[in-house]
Amino acid sequence: MTSLPSRIESVDTAAEMAAEFVKAGGHGDEFAYAIDLAVRESIANAVKHGNKFDENKNVDLTLSESEGNVEILVRDHGAGFSPEEIPDPTDPENLLKASGRGILFMRSFMDVVEWENAEDGGVIVRMRKGS
Amino acid sequence: MSDITISERQAGDVTILDLSGKVTIGEGSVALRNAIRKLLGDGKNKIVLNLGNVGYIDSSGIGELVSSFTAVKKEGGTLKLLHLTQKIQDLLAITKLLTVFDTFDDEASALSSFD
Repeated sequence: MTSLPSRIESVDTAAEMAAEFVKAGGHGDEFAYAIDLAVRESIANAVKHGNKFDENKNVDLTLSESEGNVEILVRDHGAGFSPEEIPDPTDPENLLKASGRGILFMRSFMDVVEWENAEDGGVIVRMRKGS
Repeated sequence: MSDITISERQAGDVTILDLSGKVTIGEGSVALRNAIRKLLGDGKNKIVLNLGNVGYIDSSGIGELVSSFTAVKKEGGTLKLLHLTQKIQDLLAITKLLTVFDTFDDEASALSSFD
């Protein structure tokens, strides 16, 4: 697990780590793009919406691979979150909103995206993609 | 160093912004916002965004395209997109934003669409 500060720069740091991880696993470009996008969007959400840029709180990233499935765990230390509360960005009334599409991208490019509220606070997003 | 460069060209009363690099959370999105704001401040509201050399865009960058579109429209102008890469096209399809933007594969068609 790597702990990253709650700054926008952590998005690039996490993406670089993910790129190295995927490269070491011998995955192709399309797979790498999906992992990259999912990591970027989830870290950005954790920094912005989870930890609300509080530099006293870290974002934790864990990358693992088992039997061809890459799993990404991203944890923030914020107040909790329910994905059902996020408006559908493809709903006509939300199409012109400036934000709210990150989760849609995560769901579109990964096979599994799940959230849980951690017992000791914060949200864990767990994403998985098979090669 | 910024991950994005934006250069401006004029074709009649249409302004073309050639974007190159990444339009992502942070600098890339802010640079695009500032460029659009400057054009509108100069009274230029017929705008084409050339995305052919944008290698990467995230949800923040897509959001900035939408914000740019609405900001230009609010000033009575139009913003159109040129040379979508396959990745950008896919993301605009996922978000159903292909129904919002006018998109073009060649510059001449984009420019003549303002006539």
